[in-house]
Amino acid sequence: MPFVEGLTCRECARPYPAQALHVCEFCFGPLEVAYDYAAIAAAVSRQSIAAGPHSLWRYADLLPADRTAPIDLGAGMTPLVRADRLAAELGLGELWIKNDTLNPTGSFKDRVVSVALTKARELGFKVAACASTGNLANSVAAHAARAGMESYVFIPHDLEQGKVVTSAVYGGNLIAVEGNYDDVNRLCAELTSEQPTWAFVNVNVRTYYAEGSKTLAFEVAEQLGWQAPDHVVVPIASGSQLTKIAKGFRELHKVGLLDGDEPPAVRISGAQAEGCSPVATAFAEGTDHIRPQKPKTIAKSLAIGNPADGWYALDEVRRSGGAIASVTDDEIVAGIRLLARTEGIFAETAGGVTIATLAKLAAEGKVRKDERVVAYVTGHGLKTIEAVSPHVGPTATIAPTLDAFNEAVEVQR
Amino acid sequence: MPVTVRVPAQLRTLTEGSGEVHLDGSTVGEVLKALDAAHPGFGSRLFDDAGGLRRFVNVFVADEDVRFLRGLETPVSDGQTVSIVPAVAGGS
Repeated sequence: MPFVEGLTCRECARPYPAQALHVCEFCFGPLEVAYDYAAIAAAVSRQSIAAGPHSLWRYADLLPADRTAPIDLGAGMTPLVRADRLAAELGLGELWIKNDTLNPTGSFKDRVVSVALTKARELGFKVAACASTGNLANSVAAHAARAGMESYVFIPHDLEQGKVVTSAVYGGNLIAVEGNYDDVNRLCAELTSEQPTWAFVNVNVRTYYAEGSKTLAFEVAEQLGWQAPDHVVVPIASGSQLTKIAKGFRELHKVGLLDGDEPPAVRISGAQAEGCSPVATAFAEGTDHIRPQKPKTIAKSLAIGNPADGWYALDEVRRSGGAIASVTDDEIVAGIRLLARTEGIFAETAGGVTIATLAKLAAEGKVRKDERVVAYVTGHGLKTIEAVSPHVGPTATIAPTLDAFNEAVEVQR
Repeated sequence: MPVTVRVPAQLRTLTEGSGEVHLDGSTVGEVLKALDAAHPGFGSRLFDDAGGLRRFVNVFVADEDVRFLRGLETPVSDGQTVSIVPAVAGGS
């Protein structure tokens, strides 16, 4: 927080003060937090981070909110697990899963919301709000409850039941909107102009919110012994998370936390569902122009047809030598089951997208056996149980007798 | 009955704080041109050097993104609402 210099437009570089601003008033370009990296480099060390809390707040020097009064449910420092059985199935070598299903409300959104609402409270906001496909709704409702803030959470009316219940239980206002996520998002963008005293985490405090995703890079590097991986695979919805993970690795180098004089050469690859693949389509066509789509996929948490940071995600992937692929709904379900079967991790549909895309890129030789690979699995499977419930169930249903068991099940000896 | 244009907070300095402006025009392009004529400054905010909508500017007619319709050529009729909305990140 003491290291924030202000905000800067990513498009036209106009400077702004560190207030609740999210787009440039001149060109509508997104605003980015500007830091004094020399001062951070002088203040931060591997030891100072290790001595910090076991949460994302250990990286507070590289975050835009005040660490002394965080709104904190304990997000971050999720396990990075070596995935040898999955790697063997995919013909890969050193593969790791960043298991971000294990955040307080079951997705990486707890990272961004903890940062966003901490900053919002600092700026004097009393009401937390968001447009969400579910994970963000869960997280905003929970963090607002924790902080004693009023909340307004806007979701598409046809969300998975699990995500509705796990948002409503925290007692804030939950508004189901008859439309898809892009409709909800537009409504919230308009509401932001009408309700200037509300902190919409992904609208008017988005600049701060998005910075929370950098901790996905910070933690992976720290957990690998302060080394960056060779290749990461990240799901793309708005494109913000992928962009911030790339930024996170660069920042670690900039403030001297990684070995070596050169910035780490991390290849960044993106994963989308075929039913909502505007960024993957632009990548495949070799164009900079991202055409909005009408989403139709079971991966609702990635179903953003008009991704605000899609262009930046495309740019990061291309510059790093990565790739973007998309996968069908059947492949998504297969990806969820593959990860569960090989590594004991139950991911939501977005995680299925990541694993299925990883499998595809591995088969195409774009993710290689000689690389140290990290795949980001960012939401828990219990949130989207509808996706897999038609495909899995009891092996057998039997009477409680030995005979019935022996008849129904052939046990391997 | 003219067309209603909804102006986001970021651009209300150009409209003396007003969130709605009423204008005439038969296409989105004409309406936005009329907006610039009535409140100079909108043109450079909304359009890039080639005359297209800037990347982060979204325009909706009757709640549909004009990029799904005919862009600046999208027809508008009297009584309809044209909304100017900054692109926002979201998600999950």
